Amino acid sequence: MSRDRRHAYWRTNLRYLTVLLLIWFAASFGCGILFVEQLDKIRIGGFGLGFWFAQQGSIYCFVLLIVAYVWLMNRADKKFEARKQEPGV
Amino acid sequence: MTVQAWTFVMVALSFALYIGVAIWARAGTTKEFYVAGGKVSPLTNGLATAADWMSAASFISMAGIISFMGRDGSVYLMGWTGGYVLLALLLAPYLRKFGKYTVPDFVGDRYYSQVARVVAVICAIFVSFTYVAGQMRGVGIVFSRFLDVGITEGVLIGMGIVFFYAVLGGMKGVTYTQVAQYCVLIFAFMVPAIFISMMMTSQPVPQLGFGSTLVDGSGLYLLERLDGLSQQLGFATYTAGSKSTLDLFFITAALMVGTAGLPHVLVRFYTVPTVSGARSSAGWALLFIALLYTTAPAVAAFARTNLLSVIPGLAYAEVPEWFSKWESTGLIKFEDKNGDGHIQYTGPASEVENELTIDRDIIVLANPEIARLPAWVVGLVAAGGLAAALSTAAGLLLVISSAVAHDLLKQTFRPTITEKSELLVARIAAGLAVCVAGYFGINPPGFVAEVVAFAFGLAAASFFPVILLGIFWKRANDKGAIAGMISGIGFTAGYIVYFKFLHPELNSAAHWLFGISPEGIGTLGMLINFAVAITLSLLTAPPPAEVQELVEEIRLPDHIGPAHELSA
Repeated sequence: MSRDRRHAYWRTNLRYLTVLLLIWFAASFGCGILFVEQLDKIRIGGFGLGFWFAQQGSIYCFVLLIVAYVWLMNRADKKFEARKQEPGV
Repeated sequence: MTVQAWTFVMVALSFALYIGVAIWARAGTTKEFYVAGGKVSPLTNGLATAADWMSAASFISMAGIISFMGRDGSVYLMGWTGGYVLLALLLAPYLRKFGKYTVPDFVGDRYYSQVARVVAVICAIFVSFTYVAGQMRGVGIVFSRFLDVGITEGVLIGMGIVFFYAVLGGMKGVTYTQVAQYCVLIFAFMVPAIFISMMMTSQPVPQLGFGSTLVDGSGLYLLERLDGLSQQLGFATYTAGSKSTLDLFFITAALMVGTAGLPHVLVRFYTVPTVSGARSSAGWALLFIALLYTTAPAVAAFARTNLLSVIPGLAYAEVPEWFSKWESTGLIKFEDKNGDGHIQYTGPASEVENELTIDRDIIVLANPEIARLPAWVVGLVAAGGLAAALSTAAGLLLVISSAVAHDLLKQTFRPTITEKSELLVARIAAGLAVCVAGYFGINPPGFVAEVVAFAFGLAAASFFPVILLGIFWKRANDKGAIAGMISGIGFTAGYIVYFKFLHPELNSAAHWLFGISPEGIGTLGMLINFAVAITLSLLTAPPPAEVQELVEEIRLPDHIGPAHELSA
């Protein structure tokens, strides 16, 4: 891969990382800690939303974030053909 | 069959399974011993990582801690899962691309320095030993409570099993036994949770059950009832927190970053064949972990509600069987202070004096008995607790063994050693590590409960920053990394030792630095590590060209296998 392509691949990666880590921060530190009191005023079933995020929602978000990253990077790998010599899994 | 007979059957069956798997997956080469030949599928590695990661603390203690902490217990839930996002996005794919055997390998090569390698080895061994002692202790406790075996004999049996498959099979044997152990432990955790959820809310999914209404006809939500009972008895409201926001923030961050920096978890990502496999395997791992971690808060709420509705005001003469049984182990203590023959269980805000002390570990272990589930479920929980403790212990012992055989002997002192002797040394080191861990399990240093804060804080303050900078910042150099690791660890260890061991009487928010508890100080240690490493790197010469090229290489999932062979 040429130098330019390599840098483009890396920049794509960094862009995905930034967006996903912002969501990661918002779901855990944001909803689960900083704004937990405000969110608790919204109720879903027996849960206050803040409590739900702190003990359930943030964990679901974490799983989805990794799934999203795996999907985005596999797509990027294909686009940049970064994995051409890799044996199939 | 009695509870004890069922427990014996469940434990014996699970042990036979682990031994069978270990014989089938023996390691023949150092590559198989350290990284299972690098041929583990992402799904298998995800299962193994989940078992590797979830220790006696996750299985036995966590739901209990949450049960007593209420909403603040979320620091453990978020902290011990959120770290996997950091792992999957920031560390695992690049470590896999680097593709050697250990974490100190990466630190030593990336920072072209034997000093950096040795500092990393010391951190890895220290973190792993503090952790593994607690696991062996957990094994002993499960044996003594469920099978009437002494703690010493329990630890010896556990040592024998781990010795067998870790020494024989290395990473290969450990990987496949961990897969079996995950299945045992998740089944053992979910079955009682589903039973209890159905009984209390008629909702079979515990994650939904603890947000549902009770079946007692009151029409109240379970959490409403729990908050009501808590207030009535003078405890803090369950769904409201009592820790300061800043402290919650720092503890959660320290646990997350610590998770991402623990060497026994990091090394698992060397075992998959590809970079994209490393990414997806972190996803599988978190999915399997999330299954237990989203169930644990439900178990905590169910158990707390049960406890608060049954126990307070109960006549001591009429206590259920499980109460007397756990009382005899010393985990429940009742002292009839007002002499009325009834149990007063109250919180700090109540005018009535509390007469009952309950160990938090009971919540999971006694839960099936409290909910009067069948005897085989009780036996299953014992087997699950052992699976959790043994799988983590094995992973940690491998880190210690590879640190000694590979990082110290092969890479530092005797580079000429043959493959065969290195493998032998790795096996002997694993064997010795089992013995040392067993010794600490039988004679625990007085601070086993404190080592969690220690291990996570140290991992957060040492490994995470240098690995992250090593990948994302080409300019990071040897001097920055070494000074960063030493200052991060030194600060964190100093703070914890000061408040936990030297001046435990000062261990309160008023004396803490910025109100950060010793559990959360690893976050500040990590920031110090970053600051020192970045400043010093900028003040000294940039890394040589071939190291910068190595970094470029790591960032691309081109061709797999060991990256540049650097002469260290």
